[in-house]
Amino acid sequence: MDYEPVIGLEIHVELSTRSKMFCGCRVEFGGEPNTRTCPVCLAHPGALPVMNRQAIRYLGRIALALECSIPERSIFHRKNYFYPDLPKGYQISQYDQPFAVEGGLSVSVDGEMVTVGIERVHMEEDTAKNIHAGVSGRIAGSLYSMIDFNRSGTPLVEIVTKPHIHSPQAARSFLNRLKNTLQFLDVSDCNMEEGSLRCDANVSIRPVGDRELGVKTELKNMNSFRYIEKGLSQEIRRQVGLLESGERVVQQTVHFDVVTGEISPLRSKEEAQDYRYFPEPDLVPLVASADFVAGIREEMPELPADRARRYVSQHGLPDYDAQVLTSDRELSDFYEESVSLYGDAKTVSNWVMGELLAYLNHTGETAGECRVTPTALAELLDMVKGGDISANIGKEVFSEMCDTGESAAAIVARKGLTQISDTDELEALIRQVIEENPAQVEQYRAGKVKVIGFFVGQVMKQTGGRANPRVVNRLLKERLPE
Amino acid sequence: MNLLRLTAMEALEMMGRGELSADELTGAFLDQIDRHDGDVAAYLYVNKTGAREAAAAAGGGDRPLNGIPTAIKDVLCTEGMLTTCGSRMLEGFVPVYTATCVSRLTEAGVVNLGKTNMDEFAMGSSTENSAFGPTRNPWDLDRVPGGSSGGSAAAVAAGEAMWALGSDTGGSIRQPASFCGVVGFKPTYGSVSRYGLVAFASSFDQVGPLTRSVGDAALMLQHLVGKDPRDTTSVAHPEQIVIPEDRDLSGLRIGVISELSGEGIDPGVREVFQKAVSTMADAGAQMETASIPHAEYCIPAYYILAPAEASANLARYDGVRFGLRAGGARDVIEMYEETRSLGFGDEVKRRIMLGTYALSSGYYDAYYGQAQKVRTLVVNDFDAAFREFDLLVSPTTPTTAFGLGERVDDPLTMYMSDICTVPANLAGLPAISIPVGLDGGMPVGMQIMGPAFSANRLLQAAHGAEAAVAFNRVSPLVEERD
Ligand SMILES: [Zn+2]
Repeated sequence: MDYEPVIGLEIHVELSTRSKMFCGCRVEFGGEPNTRTCPVCLAHPGALPVMNRQAIRYLGRIALALECSIPERSIFHRKNYFYPDLPKGYQISQYDQPFAVEGGLSVSVDGEMVTVGIERVHMEEDTAKNIHAGVSGRIAGSLYSMIDFNRSGTPLVEIVTKPHIHSPQAARSFLNRLKNTLQFLDVSDCNMEEGSLRCDANVSIRPVGDRELGVKTELKNMNSFRYIEKGLSQEIRRQVGLLESGERVVQQTVHFDVVTGEISPLRSKEEAQDYRYFPEPDLVPLVASADFVAGIREEMPELPADRARRYVSQHGLPDYDAQVLTSDRELSDFYEESVSLYGDAKTVSNWVMGELLAYLNHTGETAGECRVTPTALAELLDMVKGGDISANIGKEVFSEMCDTGESAAAIVARKGLTQISDTDELEALIRQVIEENPAQVEQYRAGKVKVIGFFVGQVMKQTGGRANPRVVNRLLKERLPE
Repeated sequence: MNLLRLTAMEALEMMGRGELSADELTGAFLDQIDRHDGDVAAYLYVNKTGAREAAAAAGGGDRPLNGIPTAIKDVLCTEGMLTTCGSRMLEGFVPVYTATCVSRLTEAGVVNLGKTNMDEFAMGSSTENSAFGPTRNPWDLDRVPGGSSGGSAAAVAAGEAMWALGSDTGGSIRQPASFCGVVGFKPTYGSVSRYGLVAFASSFDQVGPLTRSVGDAALMLQHLVGKDPRDTTSVAHPEQIVIPEDRDLSGLRIGVISELSGEGIDPGVREVFQKAVSTMADAGAQMETASIPHAEYCIPAYYILAPAEASANLARYDGVRFGLRAGGARDVIEMYEETRSLGFGDEVKRRIMLGTYALSSGYYDAYYGQAQKVRTLVVNDFDAAFREFDLLVSPTTPTTAFGLGERVDDPLTMYMSDICTVPANLAGLPAISIPVGLDGGMPVGMQIMGPAFSANRLLQAAHGAEAAVAFNRVSPLVEERD
């Protein structure tokens, strides 16, 4: 029997606001433990939460970008459970009256645009961080645990999709698209290694054509989109295996081991958790008035789709270029800045999509991390346009720039890469090449005009690629016998 | 002259005229503490040196409450000064910040005499639930002072403080005020910042004054009210609090709540109360029967909602960051269990369990949800009553102060002593208790309630009633210093 996977995702996004959700402590990653704390985020007796307005504006941006509707009133709830990283013994979260509901995000799946429904977007606060001392760094077998409250109370947005995703690949595309959107919104670093973007996935399978949902399992805390894709594939295989051998899927949380590729169930005890949600009496309801929402709409940064449209209509780029360039916030910013410095959009696009992207894919760096800045690229392109170096040499110089961080001019000078356009110098070389290759000269004379490419190649070889190809072509045509 | 009989207003006038020094005044109260607090046990911590220094510094100053010796309930955080909430859990706990209401009084010039005893985490009606031993009633040392602000009420009644701060969740200011023959005022919910008030039930808790006179209550309240950016449930008081001068009651329509002044009220208390009602009628007030139809459901609703909130508010006492931590635990769950078993007393445990149960999945609707509906009905009852009446009255408590140990094994009877005070907390309304007579040598209080933010009307009427009734009695401990 053929089965169809049904996947829903829960994404947690740490906002990059200046201060924490309910106190004035700064939001930053890392740092000396327990240095960014106060009575509120340490849950000292008598301390009270005060809502961070900037976090709510960021939340508003996310909700609008995901085309959600924003009810005029939402409220906070307390989610009760004991854990040392949760100082109050409850997390302030939203429950049955979330900030935003019923949205969607369009994603390309197998070349087709599909809209994944968004169930809800709500505001909550992050926990502190436990550090387990001992052999493994995991809680099991550790000698003792330490807690760093620097992260405690960081604004956290939860985005829950509808079960509209039907393959691990689609899940990954959705997450890439979502991450890109969040980056364009300027609301989060979206750094999965630092935990500012985290994802849980619910997955079930059902016979193709069935409407009813199967029993779902949950994959938790996966720290890269690639592992999410792999983990989901593995879990789907496991569920299919169970059903085909006449067993049933048990609702539980499962763990995907990225090293062994194995799925193992976590203790089912966790499922029995009763969070005893009730309305948070320390906070007044969150009122999102029409004016407030209009204000958010006004301050919305340009989204990837809007940018792509602008690249086509104003920069004259092909749609393909526009899509690639806007698939990543930093890449897009790099491109825009380079265009503003250099001018010719298509040339910049070719270099960014060709040389820069190849380098980034190879090293895993982001455009923002690359040692070549838009200013440095524009300088290089100016040198190519001015004929100081050939385009091919330019590519070599670019690669050197990426490795060393030097300017194009410095590399060209150091390596003596300036293009040779001097006719006298080239004439001598051409004469030599013609003398040394009588056979090819004969072919040319017999009408095989294409052979000229061979002679250009020889000249380039002799000059280490520095000869100006246009000048070489012209001179060859003059010197070769008719 | 017996300085212990003075009201704060009288003392301020005398100091203004140079007839009394702040040193002398504070000295008189510290002497009385020395003499009697061994028996009364109103204080958990006496700020002897600090108070003398503050009094010396206050000499000749022109701050509005300059040099007034003030007791502070130990539920309010005081930076650098022990704050225990009457619990083993916080034995030795020294806060790193000061509650807003305390800072406001200190900035106005008061002298902090120390921290007063209370039922553990403000849960109780007799101050017998303090982990550090009970406080005794200055009128009869074999009786309780009421609770949970029993220490504050006893301190004022015993001449061990000129006035005091208390907190009221279900009657914790008014009931002990009534038992100890002093004035106790619970402001409208939101009038006074809760920042630094150790939370019991966040949607009920309010800080307020315990004083010798209605005038003093108004004076202290002037300095307490106001919006605090650290407590988002606080609001700016719509009217400036005025010190009542006029003692005229004529023209006031006052409803006597039938459900709270008939059955269930001790005959002796009823008699004193009825006499006060007649006296007010003689003084020109229009006294009629009023009804709060859902009054009988207030106690059950309160004992679901308040413990529910408490179960979350008290989750932070886990032994991780401050306060008591039980030694010898093998893992974190055991540490929680041991710490909380050792740190909390029986009544606190009882309420945490009640509240946890009421919020549990499967019970939420039947308990918490139902109790919230009752709360709405009670709010509606009061709205309807205040369309007919300017103010409402009832006895403050069904009995006078009962004997020490008399009710400790009978929580339900103990809970019933809040029957008259709880409705104002459910509806968030302002309410005052003033002494109106003695029954068997023990004080009887009358409670006056008003619509939200009607503090001025309420204080004005209480001031008139105070004059008409002319109670004018002090406890034997103050009398003996005449
Ligand atoms: Zn903080």
